[in-house]
Formats: sequence, structure tokens, C-alpha cells
Amino acid sequence: MKQISTKNCTHDDLMVNDAKIDVRKLNVWFGDNHVLKDINLKIREKTVTAIMGPSGCGKTTLIRSINRMNDLINGSRTLGEVYIDGYNIYERNTNVYELRRKIGMVFQKPNPFPKSIYENVAFGPKIHKMARGKELDDIVEKSLKEAALWDEVKDRLHNSAFSLSGGQQQRLCIARALAVKPEIILMDEPCSSLDPTATARIEALLRRLSEKYTVVIVTHNLQQAARVSDFTAFLYMGKLVEYGDTKRVFENPQSELTEKYITGEFG
Amino acid sequence: MIGAQKEELIIKIILWIVSLISVSSFFVIFLYMFINGSRVISLEFLTTAPNPIFWTGGIFPQIIGSLYLVALCTVIAAPLGILTAIYLSEYAVDNLITKIARFFIVTLAGIPTIVIGLFGLAFLAYRLNLGISLFSAGVALSFLTIPWTITVSEEAMRAVPKEYREAALALGATRWQTTWHIVLKTAAPWIMTGILLGIGKALGETTIPLMCGGSGLETFIPRSLFEPVGSLPVYTFIFATQGNVSSAYDRAFGGSLVLILMFLLISVSSLIIRNRYQKKMRT
Amino acid sequence: MVNLEGKGGMKREGQRSLLEKAIEIILFVGALSSIIIVFLIIAYMSLEAYPALNLDFLLGWFWDPKKEMFGIFQIIVSTLYVGVGAILITTAIGVPTAIFLAEFCPRNVRNVIKPSIELLVGIPTIVLGFFGLMVVIPFIRDNFGGWGTSVLAGWMILAIMSLPHVISISEDALRAVPNSYKEAALALGATRWQTVKKVLLPYAKTGILASVLLALGRVMGETMAVTMVIGNPRVAWIPTSILDRAKVLTSTILLDWSYVEIPSMHYHSLFGIGLVLFFIVALIDVTATYMVKRGVIK
Repeated sequence: MKQISTKNCTHDDLMVNDAKIDVRKLNVWFGDNHVLKDINLKIREKTVTAIMGPSGCGKTTLIRSINRMNDLINGSRTLGEVYIDGYNIYERNTNVYELRRKIGMVFQKPNPFPKSIYENVAFGPKIHKMARGKELDDIVEKSLKEAALWDEVKDRLHNSAFSLSGGQQQRLCIARALAVKPEIILMDEPCSSLDPTATARIEALLRRLSEKYTVVIVTHNLQQAARVSDFTAFLYMGKLVEYGDTKRVFENPQSELTEKYITGEFG
Repeated sequence: MIGAQKEELIIKIILWIVSLISVSSFFVIFLYMFINGSRVISLEFLTTAPNPIFWTGGIFPQIIGSLYLVALCTVIAAPLGILTAIYLSEYAVDNLITKIARFFIVTLAGIPTIVIGLFGLAFLAYRLNLGISLFSAGVALSFLTIPWTITVSEEAMRAVPKEYREAALALGATRWQTTWHIVLKTAAPWIMTGILLGIGKALGETTIPLMCGGSGLETFIPRSLFEPVGSLPVYTFIFATQGNVSSAYDRAFGGSLVLILMFLLISVSSLIIRNRYQKKMRT
Repeated sequence: MVNLEGKGGMKREGQRSLLEKAIEIILFVGALSSIIIVFLIIAYMSLEAYPALNLDFLLGWFWDPKKEMFGIFQIIVSTLYVGVGAILITTAIGVPTAIFLAEFCPRNVRNVIKPSIELLVGIPTIVLGFFGLMVVIPFIRDNFGGWGTSVLAGWMILAIMSLPHVISISEDALRAVPNSYKEAALALGATRWQTVKKVLLPYAKTGILASVLLALGRVMGETMAVTMVIGNPRVAWIPTSILDRAKVLTSTILLDWSYVEIPSMHYHSLFGIGLVLFFIVALIDVTATYMVKRGVIK
């Protein structure tokens, strides 16, 4: 485990000034549906933060508001602020392409492109004109190594990405996100379609990634949240019910709702 | 009252017979054309020009003319169709403009070829002074295949899973980068299939080239876009209806068979591409 | 740290978004092409047809260019007569074939027949017309009498032409029925035919009807195949028997064009026919398309 000074901190204790991601009074609507209500959340640099809650509580919407992927949904409306390193990304002239480059995203189902393994990883650096030739090869290799996939695929980089297993595909997607040198990685239930062995590998990978990146992971798997995260946020019906040190949230939940959820009374 | 089992049997027999009739009707037509056409086709028939005075000669200018027409038509229809499809599938939200555009695409797809031909003749050839020419006919033919290209391309692009687009956009790709590198690359074989089927359609079309392309009896290959162009369907039509001598009918058979073979070649290759693509998508 | 200002920072969209904007405009203009083409065609046709458009034209009984009579009522009726008749034949043969392919046909046979039929949708109509001229017409003349060129010949050729269309779309509609519906019926002990009758056909009704309507539009707009076999008397009449010759909208334009004087009332009337044909077919097509859309949602 990483060193965390505030061992038993609560939500308020986490309202520190050096947050990597700072969500303030965030509201999101899809049409008439008010999906997120007044969310305040500060996420620290180089930690793993889990966002959990029953399905439909808005967890996915919350992480998608951090890289402005909600903008792509027809009829979505966002009010409030999300600061990344002190810059409000909902400011009018934000360069969303640059923003999304700096924030990697891994999705629920592995979604490699119908291209070769190499091309999948090289896609990001290529469109951002970050590297070419030998330099690009290096980025691909480094990213695959970081995603703990290199040894398995180094001899078949030019095979189709679909030739990989589900767990491998998900790690490829992580490598693809790492290739554009992000600082934050958002993961939307990355293990929900994987078997236990593949899940374990991804979780181990996650811990290592948090040494370098700020990781936000959405999960409805309580054990997973307990295993991998430093901090846990509990969302219910679009509201942030509880947020704090993972251990504290699980052992000593302050909200009745959180307790009920953790003990499996609903969810 | 007959029992369900017996009814089932009777229905089955009826369905077999009716299906046999409908499928065999095409078989009979093709067979008829093959038998009568193959007697006519020879190297000479394929490589010489027709002799419109004695209703003899070959179909060389007509084969080349048909290819020219189809090429010109595709050069116009494919880019326009694909651009429209990209706009409808990747860019436009379901707004009023999209709805209007879709309505007009359906309308354009339904315009009878005689109307397109009449328009091409009166507007393109006479009013714009483009003449009865390769150009007039090629443009008019593209009106026939544009809606077709749009529909097939849009379907192909919509079939590309949403997850691919999300992954690309989340990496910071712009909409166009996503469309170009991911959507179009993935949908390309299908779009190709659509374009090939459009080519087959344009190739077999008679009315439009008849009205604004040329008489079908051309003994030369057009040297510019603004010269009349012969084409196989028009040749077949003229030889079949104006000749009234056995040599003319023979040549119409020859023209039909060559047309069928070219059409089959294009259609079958589009089917092969489609099947390969489907197999690839599954693995 | 995230770079906030300056080149490549989060601020300023820069060149990239300018290019994006330009591409979007190009695509938008491309998307307008169909609208422009349709407008151009309708506008020009209307302009040329304008002098001829009046009630005498639409409801006038006689079409005889030599006597300067340009009423197309009989031609419209003949067109409907030929078109609807052909479509009835197509439906009678095509829908059972679709049922056969979807439900009763061995799988491997279907895998060969279905693609072939889809391929035949685009068969050059000149080939069918020529077949009609060489085979169907002599057959009718020798066996039933008359000229051979007749409504019956038109029906047969047009039915063959629209058959692949109807079979292909109807079969798709039948196969779109969820398997669970079918299995529920079969599990209750229904025979295959009972399942088809009670479950599949009601469910696929809209799709099948739409395919038939689309085929009707195609048949009424078809020129070549029909012109070669229908007879085309110079003066229009409503055929009284199926062995009668007939004059339809498309063949009138094609054949009269060869001797029309420009400009003349005859000339304007031909554009008028084009316009009428356009609207009839567009009406049928749009109806069918929206039926399919509504049907899919249901």
C-alpha cells in the first residue's frame, strides 16, 4: 500500500488544496433526467480512487465528465466545474482533444480497434503527431511493458488485436491509453467482462500504475474497490453519499446508505 | 376439415413448387441467353465495331463505352455518396436538416430512370449544351447511383461499433480523425460492396444512356467527354427492336450475354468481398 | 503537471479545430447534394411541363399527338393496370418463396439461393425485355392469339423483374421475427405452417407489404422491359383484355420523344407525364419507406 498520511480521513479532510482532480458542484442532465446532483469531489495525485454504487447511480457519468466524454451524448448538459491541476476544463476555450490525451480512458468491454496490436497502441501517438519511426516503436514497446503485456505479444505485434484473449485485450486498451502519456487514467468497470484470473492481473497492474498515474476506477464490485483503491466514493441516485479513505469507508461507514450497500442489502 | 399434419404437407409441396418456379424463371432466362449468345460471341465480335447499315459487326466501342460511362458515374457518385453518408452517420445529430436530407434521398432513389433520362436530355444535353454525350449520360447515371451509395455507406458506417469511436475520441482524436482512421477503415469493405453494386446498376441501365448518351450504334470510342458514347444495353435495345433481321437479333443476344457476364462479374465480386468482411468481423 | 497555457495546452483549440470546421462544412455541402439534385429535377421538369399542366391534361380522355390531344387519364389507368397486375403476380409467387426460404428450405440450399436472389435485384432490365420480345411474345401470340405484345406480356416480364426484390425483402422481414416467438408456438405443438400463419406472417406483415409497395413503385417507373413488350399503340386506350396492347407513362415518354417537335404542346406534355410519374412513384416509395421505419420500431 502507498503511504497515505490521512489514515482515517473523512470527506471533509480530503478537501485539500493540492487535488489533481477537483470536482465542484457538478450537475449533469441527460435531457430531463438529472443524473448527477451537486457533486463535490477532490481526487489526489497518484492514488487509486474507486467510485462505487448501484447501477444507474451516475458513476459512469461522473468519470466521463472528467474527460468531457459526456459532451458527445445528445442532449447532455453540464453545470459546475471540474478542475484539473487548478484549470477548469469546462471553460469555454478548453482544448478537449488535448484534455482527452492527458486523461486516458479504459472502458467496460475491451474495445481494441480492428487493427494490429502495434497499430492499436500507435494510434494515439500517431494522431497527436507525438512520434514516428523508431521513436514510435519505443513508445509502443514501453506502453505494452507498462501494461504488462509486452512479453505475451512481442513476437506477434502485427497480428490482429482480436487474436488476443479478453484479459489481454483489456491490457492492450490500457497500453493504448498509456501511449499518449496521460497523467490521469479513468477506468469504467474494466474487469466486468473478464474472468477472475484476468481480473487479478488487471488489479495488480492497477496498483503499479498508481505509482505514476492518478487512477479513477468505477466498479460495482465491492471487493475490488476494497482491494485496489486508496479512496472510495459512494454514489447513490446521482448524489455523493460518502467519500473517504477506503478502509474507513468499509469499516466505519458514516452513512446508513453506505452501510446498507456494503452489507449487501441493496445494489 | 383436414388435419394439421396433412395441411402442413400440402403447404410444403405448394411452397416447393412455387419457389421452384420463381427461382427457375431466372435460370431459364440466363440459360436462354447463354445458349443463344454464346453462338455469337467470338473474338471478332468483341473487338470490332458494329456495322449499323447491315446490322452486323461487333461491340468493341460499346464495351469500352459502357466502362467509360460506369467509371464517370462512379467518380461522381462515390465521393458525393460517401460524404453524405459520413455527414449523416457521424456528424449530424437527428435534426431537421438530416430529416429533410433523408427524405430527399428516398425520393431521389425512387425517381424513375425515364425521368432522369428526360431531365438529362433536356437540361444537361440541350439547356446546358453538354450535348448527347458521355458527360451528360455519366452525370445522369450518377443521379441513379448516388442514393444507393449513400444508403449502403451509411449502413456500413452505422454497423461500426460505437465502442471504437469512443475509444478513439477518449484518446483525444478529433471527430474527423475518428471518422477517417477508425470508422471509414473499418467500413471500407462494405462501402466497396455498395459501390460495386452501384456499378452493376449503372452498367445495366438502358434508358438513361439511350436518352442522353448516344444511339448505341456508335462505331467509335469517344475521345472526349462531350462526344456521344455507345453502350451495351442501348446497343442491345436498338439491335433487338430496330433491326428486324436475324443478324440483328443474333447480335442483341451477344450484347445481352456480354452484359450479363459483366454484371455477374461485378455482383459476384461484391458478394465475395462482403463474405470475407463478415468472416473477418466475426473473429 | 498539466500544461494549461500556450501552444498545445488546454486553452486554444488552434489549427486542429479550424480543419475540423472546414471538414464539417464540406460534408454538409456534400449532404446537400441529394436535395439539390431532386430540386433541380423537379424544378426543371415543372418549368418545361408548365404549359401543359391543366385539368385537360390530367383528366383528359384522349392521347393522340396527331390530333393535338394530350389527355393522360387513360395512360395513368393503363399504368396502374399493368403495374398492379404485375405486382399481384409477384406477390403470389414471391411471398411463398420468401416463406419457403425463411422457414422450410434446407439451410445449405438457402445459403446458395438467397445471395443469388439478392444479386438478381440489379439484373439489367434490357435482358428481361429482350427475353420477353423473343420468347414471351411469340408464346402468347401462338397460344392465346392477338399481337403477342400485350398487357399479359408486360405482367409477366415485370413480375419477373420485381420478384427478387419482393423475395429478398420479405424474407428479411420474416427472419427478423424473434426466435423466441417462433419457439413458443412450436413448443405448444403448432406445426411449422401454423407457426408461419399465426406468428410469422402477422409479425412480418408490415415489412412484406412495404416490399410489395416498393416493388410497385419500381414496376410503374420501369421503362425498358415494359416498352419492349407492351405494344404501345400511338393512341392511348384502357386495355379491355389482358391480350390487348397498352400504353403506359414510361413508354409514352420514351417512344413519343423520337418524333416530338420542340417546343410544342406535345413536348410540354411529355414533361408533364414525367412529373406525374415522379409524383406517383415518390408517393409510393415514401409511404413504403416510412412503413418500414414504423414497422421496425414496433
